[in-house]
Amino acid sequence: MSEPGRIVTGCLAPHPPHLVYAANPEQNEPRSSGAGAWAPLLEGYARLRESIKDKEYDVILVHTPHWKTCVGHHLLGVPHFEGLSVDPIFPNLFRFHFDLQVDVELAQAIHDEAEKEGLVMNMMRNPEFRVDYGTITSNYLVRPAFDLPIVAISSARTYFDYSDEAGEREMLALGAATKRAVEKTGRKALLLASCSLSHRHFTDEPADPEDPSFEHIYNENQSKWDHHVMNLMQTGQTRRLLEEMPDFIAQANAECRDGSLTWLLGAMDVPNMEAKIHGYGTVIGTGNAIVEWDLAAAEVQA
Amino acid sequence: MSDGRVLGAYLVPNQPLPCMAPEQSPAWQSLHDSYAKVRAEIEASEADLILIFSTRWVSIIGHQMQADPEPDFWVVDEDFHQFGSLHYKLRIDADFAATYRDCAKARGLEARTVAYQGFPIDVGSISALKMLNPDNRIAAGIVSCNVYSDRAETLVLGKAAADAIKQSGRKVILLGVSALSNRMFTEWIDPQQDRIHSLKDDEWNRKLLELLGEGRLEDVSQLSREFSRQANGDSKMKAIWWMASAMGQTNDYRGTVFDYQPVWGTGAALVGLTPAKNLGGGLEYDEDDTDFFRGDRNVLSTAKQKEVKP
Ligand SMILES: [Fe+2]
Repeated sequence: MSEPGRIVTGCLAPHPPHLVYAANPEQNEPRSSGAGAWAPLLEGYARLRESIKDKEYDVILVHTPHWKTCVGHHLLGVPHFEGLSVDPIFPNLFRFHFDLQVDVELAQAIHDEAEKEGLVMNMMRNPEFRVDYGTITSNYLVRPAFDLPIVAISSARTYFDYSDEAGEREMLALGAATKRAVEKTGRKALLLASCSLSHRHFTDEPADPEDPSFEHIYNENQSKWDHHVMNLMQTGQTRRLLEEMPDFIAQANAECRDGSLTWLLGAMDVPNMEAKIHGYGTVIGTGNAIVEWDLAAAEVQA
Repeated sequence: MSDGRVLGAYLVPNQPLPCMAPEQSPAWQSLHDSYAKVRAEIEASEADLILIFSTRWVSIIGHQMQADPEPDFWVVDEDFHQFGSLHYKLRIDADFAATYRDCAKARGLEARTVAYQGFPIDVGSISALKMLNPDNRIAAGIVSCNVYSDRAETLVLGKAAADAIKQSGRKVILLGVSALSNRMFTEWIDPQQDRIHSLKDDEWNRKLLELLGEGRLEDVSQLSREFSRQANGDSKMKAIWWMASAMGQTNDYRGTVFDYQPVWGTGAALVGLTPAKNLGGGLEYDEDDTDFFRGDRNVLSTAKQKEVKP
């Protein structure tokens, strides 16, 4: 391709399956009551969709915490997946009939670039693979039509097997490899880091899972951390955010420990631009922010 | 009173490779062959239910009991997808699942049954059932491993299993699907060269197996925290806590270590425990005991706490 590729926009796009459930798409089997517990997040996603609707991109990349791999980082490597994804954790909420296309060429390019960084990489070529609910949910909420190919990257267990610091280094390297692969293949890419912020769940559920009177943050500690982290994003202090990430992970049980956010920041070269917070809300006690780093707009301004 | 009881318990590996690709590694082949000995014991027993606690089925909302009477689907391992898919058709004792749920709730636990077409039953349970009960002659039950539960909650879940077994009159074989040391190699290995990830993990595994071989299940349960710290035990060794609790917290078993091998670096063992009188000597208690679960201790929360029952 003649024109080098680029990352158009990077988003923090958390994946509580509750949000798909609440939206009642025909692909999802269970029906929700519409009682409204997660309205701030659904509205946040609506704002994100509005913000990106005129942007030009031809592929969506997602890093998902719910495809957990111990042997390195894996990428979907089959051009088309179709099937039923039942969430083993919230099967009452998420039984989604998916049908999606994969940009295998770009996935392979990321695989190759990351191997050059010394990372253990693997292409997933089993057509019977059940695409995880993190990948499906983030994609659905950002672009419900599933009319663009995706790339899905698994969450390697480096943070858990070695240390948070080792995990962070690996995710920055994976991000850098992702960026090079996007550029080399000439893609215009939308990146999604599919994770929550603070991540302590309640271990029970009301009779109507969407009951708003039940929904709130797990505790004040989680809330304070979430707002601190969002403040760092909003004020463009992404370096500092990375410095504090191991503390955030340890003290707020952040789902960032699955690496998605650090991968995204790495792929965007740790931009010191101000991020736009489209929404924040809790799902069964966890803190979730929908955040956009509009790289294309920043380029125009520069 | 019905005569429901636990006939015996087995600890079995959490990895699918000995079931999916035994020929690739002498270690996996050895486990594959040793499963046959366990299968023969189970077949010779009067069991009418195999009840599984699997560390590979993680839950958040309390404890989930599989209740689809005839799950018919497949699962692909998140790491080992190149070894193929595990297609399954099982026979689940849905009535027992409901009884177990009710007994768990009676002890303060959050619990629910799940029965959904396409539910991805975990690779650990599928592998165990394929190896030990391939024709579904005995009905099965599976309970999840809550990611937040600690020892106290897991003991209560084990006691609820004992309540449900008594109430239902089932004759039960318990399976704990769990690794010992659970540190995997994080790169591709030659399966022929598979070994325990470190000498330290190996030594701790062997110490645990020595105790289990003497039937000292409760001693192992008491030791589990230390083992997990030292050898990266699988999910805090909740499977051991659950088994020990469901069987009455004693050392009175005949223990048999059928096999011990590496699977991708993890400690994979096949161990049998059959109740027997006064074999294990006295008990060494370091840990607390508990009969009733009173909810998560979320002391920073400003929200309404779970109501405390007697
Ligand atoms: Fe998640």
